[in-house]
Amino acid sequence: MLSSKVKNRIIFLTTVALITLVAIFFIIQSLDKNILYFSSPTEIKQSEDVVTGKKMRIGGMVKKNSIKISENNIQFIVTDFNNEIIVNFSGTVPNLFAEEKGVVAEGKLKDKSFFEADRILAKHDENYMPPEIKKIMNNSNAK
Amino acid sequence: MLNNTGHLLIFLVMVLSLTIIYKSYLELKISSQKISNSIYQLSLFQSTFAISSFLVLIVAFINSDFSLINVYENSHSAKPLFYKIAGAWGNHEGSLLLWINILVIFSYFFLIFNFNHLKKFRLLTLIIQNLLILGFVIFLLKNSNPFSALEPVPSEGLGLNPILQDPALAIHPPLLYLGFVGCSIYFSAAMASMLANYRGKSFALSIKSWVLISWCFQTLGIIVGSIWAYYELGWGGFWFWDPVENASLLPWFAITALMHSVMVLEKRDNLYSWVIILCLLTFILSVTGTFLVRSGILNSVHTFASDPARGIYILIFLSLMILSSLLIFFKFYKKENYSFNFKSKETFILINNWFMTFFLVTVFIGTLYPIFLDVLTDVKISVGPPFYNIVIIPLVIPLLLLMVFGPQFNWINSNKFFSTKLIILILGAVGVNLFIFFIFGSYSFLTNLIFISSIFLIFYSLIELKKVLQKKIKYNLPRIISHLGFGMMVLFIGINHQYSLEDDFNLKVGEEKKFSHYEIFFDDIKLKEEKNYKAVIGNFRVKNIKNDTTQLLNPEIRIYANPETLTYEAAIKTRISSDLYLTMSNISRSDFYNIKFQNKPFMIWIWISALTIVLGGFLQLLNRRNEN
Repeated sequence: MLSSKVKNRIIFLTTVALITLVAIFFIIQSLDKNILYFSSPTEIKQSEDVVTGKKMRIGGMVKKNSIKISENNIQFIVTDFNNEIIVNFSGTVPNLFAEEKGVVAEGKLKDKSFFEADRILAKHDENYMPPEIKKIMNNSNAK
Repeated sequence: MLNNTGHLLIFLVMVLSLTIIYKSYLELKISSQKISNSIYQLSLFQSTFAISSFLVLIVAFINSDFSLINVYENSHSAKPLFYKIAGAWGNHEGSLLLWINILVIFSYFFLIFNFNHLKKFRLLTLIIQNLLILGFVIFLLKNSNPFSALEPVPSEGLGLNPILQDPALAIHPPLLYLGFVGCSIYFSAAMASMLANYRGKSFALSIKSWVLISWCFQTLGIIVGSIWAYYELGWGGFWFWDPVENASLLPWFAITALMHSVMVLEKRDNLYSWVIILCLLTFILSVTGTFLVRSGILNSVHTFASDPARGIYILIFLSLMILSSLLIFFKFYKKENYSFNFKSKETFILINNWFMTFFLVTVFIGTLYPIFLDVLTDVKISVGPPFYNIVIIPLVIPLLLLMVFGPQFNWINSNKFFSTKLIILILGAVGVNLFIFFIFGSYSFLTNLIFISSIFLIFYSLIELKKVLQKKIKYNLPRIISHLGFGMMVLFIGINHQYSLEDDFNLKVGEEKKFSHYEIFFDDIKLKEEKNYKAVIGNFRVKNIKNDTTQLLNPEIRIYANPETLTYEAAIKTRISSDLYLTMSNISRSDFYNIKFQNKPFMIWIWISALTIVLGGFLQLLNRRNEN
């Protein structure tokens, strides 16, 4: 027969272990649902099954002379010098948004060449290039 | 000249570190109860030299002495004096010198203020702290020297990043550093406590003021950074769950848990090992944050020119710290006897710690998982705000309720539980919630619960506050004020989040736009020339159709010359009930200006309540001083 102290401790430890497990399960579950994947225009062109309607990020350079502004939205072309994608956005662009500069857009794909963005990411350095884009650029230069 | 002086001073700090370690080591073997005067003197000299070296750097910045690479890269002679001084810590090298200063000063203060503690414990703390100092001084000299000379001397500097030229951001680093680096002293003390077998209550007494000091400054630093993000980044948000912000939040959760559990150790002589773990963890997380932010793994305004060697050095240092603390922890671990009664204050503090740990783990996974995935599989992902909102927000409800119930319990055992008073309070909170619901309109079930529980905590704290003020006892005041601040903060963030109005549109000069019950007129633009930038200022009239008032708002687009940068300054009209927030930006080759307009209710109250939380911390510090 276990003494009540030992019994209490067992109950306590099992509760703690259970709570921990549930907590971690809970965290991982919601993490899985809220991950945003990053793709380049080329990756989107090449992928077999494009998921439309799921939130994601795309990145590349803003193509020269591609920015079109109307009363409610801004349209521009993101390129990685191999493929392009049209981005539509209604909202405020960050400080350093300009043609021939790196950009990361967050939103949903309409189809393989059209992207509806709901956020354009700001980075605070004029020389800054998101590492993702730097890599894409390096790849295209190497080709 | 200045570079030699600076070098000499830092070199002296290093030599003194070595001497202190050696002297303290010898002293350990002497059986006298007092620490010899020479160690006090050496430590005082060390602080003096460290502070002088920092002053030398500030002088170099004030004089725009471009013979130092650091000054050349981060300053400009046309910059206002205030930002010249702030430039001294607005860069990697200078901030590292500030870091060392805080390590050294805390080391000295810990030595002189803890005279009634065990000699062996104090000496070991000093030795470990000086090992940390040594590590960072070597890092500074080898890799990030703020006194490196430049030949030939350039006539003009490159200038400080304009978005750093801001009062809030000028004081943000020193505050945050006091908080983060201040943790080093109880990291050292925790190691020393295990080595010297100086455990329990007396150890808690030796560190509790230091925990409180660093908690206050950390909290204040995070708030200032957040205020800055609110008006400078131009999106009207104040917390973005950005990895850089998370990096500052990780040690904060640990230190908040520590601040609570150190009370259990002090009053009940319990939870020793857990307190030690938290002491070690807080500083380790602070350094981890620094590593993430400085190594260039995370990109932000904190990543000055990134340099892989820097990251590697901090990583090696960090691994050594973790390894040695783990070694010492397990080698000197002693089994403890936990005897907890469920209905006691210590149980509730333990539950608080579980919550903090849960938040810590959540933010840790969300911040580091993308980095690991990138390194291991090359898949690029990011974890956005929804993740944190889903995981953290529901748990705020029980946390708020526990903040009401927990403090009512006595130490060891107490018998009271639900009283009629509490039931009346809950009903009152539900009533106020219905009132908010009625005025503003619908929101979700979860939001209802959050509002009710936060109003409940506010009511309860206010009643307690009244009691304390009537009886004129100071005993519980700091806790009540901090908890009140937390309740208010949750409530106001909730309301703010729920009822913010926001719209983005493009306007030409002279046009107008109607949005919700606002009419926005873009009247004209003006040009203005300032000392270090040119500005395009927009004249906007915002008319509230509901109560027929008009506000003038003047957002700016600033063009800085050194370095060449464009920034958008938001126009913010702060009022008691809400902030009007308007930013204007221009997109290349177009007559259209991109306008973001927001009405954010109770914005100022979020800051007030956050500052109330810190106020509690400072009051507690004053209490401590009176007690002694």
